[in-house]
Amino acid sequence: MTDKITIEIDGRACEAAPGEMIIAVADREGITIPRFCYHKKLSIAANCRMCLVEAEAGGRPFPKPVPACATPVSDGMKVQTRSPKAIDAQEGTMEFLLINHPLDCPICDQGGECELQDVAMGYGGDVSRYSERKRVVEDEDLGPLIATEMTRCIHCTRCVRFGAEIAGVRELGATGRGETMRIGTFTAVAVEHELSGNVIDLCPVGALTSKPYRFQARAWELTGRDSISPHDGVGANLRLHVRRDQVLRVHPNDNETVNETWIADRDRFSYEGLYAADRLTQPMIKRDGAWQAVAWGEAMTLVAERLKAADPATSGWWLAPNATLEELYLAQRVARGLGVADIDSRLRQQDFRDDAVAPLRPWLGCTIAELETRRAILVIGSDLRQEQPLLAHRIRKAALAGAGVGCVNPLELELNHAATQLVVDPAALPAALAAIAKALDCAPEGAGAALIAAAEPDEAQRALAELLRAGEAGQGGLVALGALAVAHPDYALIRALAETIATTSGCALGWLPAAANSVGAHLAGALPQVGPGGVALERPGRALDAMLAEAPRTLVLWGVEPDRDLIDPARAMAACEQAEFVVACSAFRSPSLEAGADVLLPIGAFAETSGTFVNASGVWQSFQGAVAPPGEARPGWKVLRVLGNLLDLRGFDYVSAAGVREELAECCGEAVHDNAARAALGALEPRLAEGGLARVGGVPIYALDALVRRAPALQRTAMPRAALALYLHPERAAALGLEEGAEATLSQGGRTLDCEVRLDARLAPGCAWVPAAVAGSERLGAQIGPIEITAAGAQRG
Amino acid sequence: MSFRTTPLTVAHDRDKSTLFTAELREAIDALLTRYPEDWQQSAVMPALTLLQDANGGWLTRELMDDLAAYLDMPEVAVYEVATFYGMYDLEPQGRHKVCVCNSVSCMLRGSETLIEHVGEKYGVGPGETTADGRFTLKEVECLGACRHAPAVLVDKTYHENLSPEALDELIDGLE
Repeated sequence: MTDKITIEIDGRACEAAPGEMIIAVADREGITIPRFCYHKKLSIAANCRMCLVEAEAGGRPFPKPVPACATPVSDGMKVQTRSPKAIDAQEGTMEFLLINHPLDCPICDQGGECELQDVAMGYGGDVSRYSERKRVVEDEDLGPLIATEMTRCIHCTRCVRFGAEIAGVRELGATGRGETMRIGTFTAVAVEHELSGNVIDLCPVGALTSKPYRFQARAWELTGRDSISPHDGVGANLRLHVRRDQVLRVHPNDNETVNETWIADRDRFSYEGLYAADRLTQPMIKRDGAWQAVAWGEAMTLVAERLKAADPATSGWWLAPNATLEELYLAQRVARGLGVADIDSRLRQQDFRDDAVAPLRPWLGCTIAELETRRAILVIGSDLRQEQPLLAHRIRKAALAGAGVGCVNPLELELNHAATQLVVDPAALPAALAAIAKALDCAPEGAGAALIAAAEPDEAQRALAELLRAGEAGQGGLVALGALAVAHPDYALIRALAETIATTSGCALGWLPAAANSVGAHLAGALPQVGPGGVALERPGRALDAMLAEAPRTLVLWGVEPDRDLIDPARAMAACEQAEFVVACSAFRSPSLEAGADVLLPIGAFAETSGTFVNASGVWQSFQGAVAPPGEARPGWKVLRVLGNLLDLRGFDYVSAAGVREELAECCGEAVHDNAARAALGALEPRLAEGGLARVGGVPIYALDALVRRAPALQRTAMPRAALALYLHPERAAALGLEEGAEATLSQGGRTLDCEVRLDARLAPGCAWVPAAVAGSERLGAQIGPIEITAAGAQRG
Repeated sequence: MSFRTTPLTVAHDRDKSTLFTAELREAIDALLTRYPEDWQQSAVMPALTLLQDANGGWLTRELMDDLAAYLDMPEVAVYEVATFYGMYDLEPQGRHKVCVCNSVSCMLRGSETLIEHVGEKYGVGPGETTADGRFTLKEVECLGACRHAPAVLVDKTYHENLSPEALDELIDGLE
């Protein structure tokens, strides 16, 4: 680049861009300047004054030391970070900072990894000259995740700026002035934002620390191991801190293309689930209704015998989409080796009518980093912040940069940026998309031809169409399908319409993969119609809906809790009961598995196995096991390798997970991700009837998978619409004669559940929100589908 | 990263036409015209002054929350401003405010004597209100009247070069 300028820092010539701050250039060059308030991802506050340096520009020295974080460079600038004047200023700042900071590092949780402590070692005096009373600040309870010790706060305001600039919610503020300045909520409310745990990393001192980890260990006792988050499709890069074979906490690893420097609270605190009381630590066999712990050999022999004897035509494999790529690949190899074709990992999908043409290697539609440069984003059927906390952050960045963001959902989302939100009844979702397509002048063809032809777009739908058109002019737009769209009874129709909208408006079609390896499951071939490498199979097996309708006689569950992880938990549990033989490979001894399975095989959970996740961008991210699985549990790929050998299947002599991955990588070759349908789909009839009330069961952010559901601190964090209840629009509730707090009887496909009514004006009137994957929800049917509601009192009376 | 980060705006789920009174809304709307489009939150200071004056000299949590809703800003950002500046009071005040400057110039010229004098004569220390609710004594930072220190701000009027007697006279004139 020609517009580079040269400056000199400590006698070293450094290249810099005009307008860059001195500290950014110094950081790039590896020259250390002490700082507290500066953070590369946050705005510049320049309020800690720790980064004072001596500088001269144009041959004239600045009259006094300048803050390196807030002084833009100019050509020929000379900076001294270690001159007597600079060091004098830095030592002075340090002394002022330590006036009110307690000097009791040995009893502080941050001791040993504290930026203030480190810098004080370099710039602090040996003895404090300050002998007056120190300031004492009352602590505030910020909820179950963040511990506070506000007396230690040095007012760098990183946490406050994080709220304003990254989270988009100002939960923390700096009230008062001078010595009475306080960081806090002022109104004593719990901090609830799904990224709020990042303030723990941002805080340079021990004022904000992790509550679950508090006083568990010292930084120097911990060993860092890299890993990948097993939750959403982002695959956030993690650093696990391990002591004596136990994960004690989780920090982010920087990766600009994936998670920047942030991780969601789900990624940070889910490790607690590893130490849940109901970990499965031994192979178990159910004999005469009682569970018996057995040796691996016995359990595996039994499983191999039964699987070999089973009729492949009536066998089914349900694989969790957050299993590793290696596990999914080996599982489908074993299954297909036995002749079983009914394999599915799309456990939260109920409409498979387009399997013959659905994309084989779907993905986000652009890279994660590219999300923030989109000019228009239309999100269809996604409770965005709950499903994809980090993608939501990227979309927020796009919105702040001027992109138009639109949403079509059965509820109005609590977004923290400008967005055009279209709230429609669940049954009206396809029609609403058809109307947007019509507003874009799409030809009425494909699966939704009749709907498009019949559509009469209203103003809101035209506005969304305009928003997408505007995106075309810029760097492209994205039409993204979320988990609520995937769970919809008319997903095939929705996807076809979304593709029509995307194609006509010149946008890319996208998909927000809900689980860590949803994209990888396609590459591994863990779908009935897709083989390894993401290739179409000539003889596809039955998809999940068929397996739920007609239960397989032999069922293999991989990392699945049938009462929580499936679209229709009641039918899933019934299928387990009807099956003659059910093998469950699981890290947890769930009550539903104890009830439904015949053999339980303990496998390693997150951090206990090596493996690979393919994230939403299609990036393969591999990780090593950080700790040993508990008891007799073994990494999943090893269990499958042994099973393959016992079944006399060929080519099961892998020596490492990497070997499995390489084999699959060869299958995948240079395959590219593509969301386009492989062929045009014939007309589809909507299955969800308009006009009625439909249940929508979103998966709450802290109920996504077995690990998160067992993390106590996350479970104590209240999130919107996460507690089991019937959430209704006030008007609809009034029409049904229900009021806030009343008991209602819900009925879905003959199964009933009594629960409390809560009014929520954000919901569409035709939407009865009952969260899925939470305790009690297993007594209902499909996540999205017709529901009947009566007042509980009326029925009893 | 830049210095000029546009302040975070928050859409509150409130009907703005029900907040405050029509006159106050009109006055705040007039203030808003003074600031650039993205920086309407800057009106928070004069608006707080308006609200405080209309509320008997102090601000309630509700008033601050309402203003946050009116200006599309986070509540905590209003609290920050209201707690930072000495001219906003978050507790009930007397009918008048006697604000004695106690910064360097005034202190050197006898402002501490004034504070002691008021304390002895009226029985109130800084931050306290007389028993009859007539006035609240406040110790404030530099009033910018160093030239004629010591200075006292009585409600909205500056009085400079004060002796204890002159201050008595001023206080006697308060209702």
